[in-house]
Amino acid sequence: MQYLPILIFLGLAIALGLILILAAIIVAVSNPDSEKTSAYECGFNAFDDARMKFDVRFYLVAILFIIFDLEVAFLFPWAVSFKDIGMVGFWSMMVFLGVLTIGFAYEWKKGALEWD
Amino acid sequence: MYEFFTNTYFGIFLFILGQCLAVTVCVLISLAFLMYADRKIWAAVQMRKGPNVVGAFGLLQSFADFLKYIVKEVVIPAGADKPVFLLAPLLAFILPVISWAVIPFNDGWVISNLNVAILYVFAIGSLEVYGVIMGGWASNSKYPFLGSLRSAAQMISYEVSIGFIIVGIILSTGSMNFGDIVRAQDGNFGLFNWYWLPHFPMVFLFFISALAETNRPPFDLPEAEAELVAGYQVEYSSTPFLLFMIGELMAVWLMCALMTLLFFGGWLSPIPGISDGILWFLVKMFMVFFMFAMVKAIVPRYRYDQLMRIGWKIFLPLSLAWVVIVGLFAQYGLFAGAYARWTVGG
Repeated sequence: MQYLPILIFLGLAIALGLILILAAIIVAVSNPDSEKTSAYECGFNAFDDARMKFDVRFYLVAILFIIFDLEVAFLFPWAVSFKDIGMVGFWSMMVFLGVLTIGFAYEWKKGALEWD
Repeated sequence: MYEFFTNTYFGIFLFILGQCLAVTVCVLISLAFLMYADRKIWAAVQMRKGPNVVGAFGLLQSFADFLKYIVKEVVIPAGADKPVFLLAPLLAFILPVISWAVIPFNDGWVISNLNVAILYVFAIGSLEVYGVIMGGWASNSKYPFLGSLRSAAQMISYEVSIGFIIVGIILSTGSMNFGDIVRAQDGNFGLFNWYWLPHFPMVFLFFISALAETNRPPFDLPEAEAELVAGYQVEYSSTPFLLFMIGELMAVWLMCALMTLLFFGGWLSPIPGISDGILWFLVKMFMVFFMFAMVKAIVPRYRYDQLMRIGWKIFLPLSLAWVVIVGLFAQYGLFAGAYARWTVGG
């Protein structure tokens, strides 16, 4: 029942976004030509596909993000139930964080965080 | 009439829809004036006048801009992936909007009083990166592609430290509900009861992370116009571009609301004896936004490697260490229970 308003809100937001896009498509004059619809470039025609190779470090960042975001996801329920789990709960999370810190130090040492 | 809105399904539906509509309209109108305030503050710092033609003091500038967007042609590049190209701005608009469903403007003034409200905002915030990366990919043009990669990497990097800072707040409160978090900050000392004092260094970390997360200057690298023209928005025009802009500004406004709720006591009055209320919430939100605008005017843009270094090598270890420190303080009840307010809040 708590999530019903969110669902209705979602529907409203989708409707509003669609109305805005459709408004411009309906109201505005559409007059495309080949120059207008070509990809943006600095003074020459784009000569190959834009979906090219890119730096592997973006991939590394994404992997690191998954690890740390999962860690945050584990920390959320721990933090909420903090008052009930006592010493055992507290120290086991500290051990978990310690293990992750070792992993983080290893990544740092290996140069996964360097951007130059 | 009253029974109609509480007992029949259609009545309840209409009632909730009305609430949603009211919040959306208020937020959108506030955004129009926020845009104006942003430009005016920026202009004032640089000794310019800023927008001053449309309406008194240029107050209606944003509405004129809105009309202008509507009558512009929607250009879709020939090489673009058309459905994804139009879906991206839609997503960038919808996600920040629906986050407002759990933001309480006053005690109990909230559309959906979720007990996992922060988790909800955090999850929706994580999805926001999809709008950016889909826009850059679907454009099939080099500058948007590079811009979206940069932007995505930047957003996810700072999301991690925002997550850790939020965990520190939840530790102190024992609840993920915004109402509980604000009530835990209530006390006899007014503004000295709020979380900015016990969580002092994290206020700055959260603020700077919020700047990076919403691609605001000095971290507006995806739009670094000297190198990437306008990042993932290069190929967009008309209302799809407008949706990106609204989404971006709404995410900024949401970050102001989050900072107010987490660190500055939401709707609570700073001076004991003066009544709390929605007015305080709005004033605090605007003060945070003023800081956003001032940073834009004052601080030069960072380089990308500097940005990533700050995110991963400084903010992440600091916020992680802070979770451990808050945990220790809360577990052993140090500082007169300032870090363990479960009795008040949760």
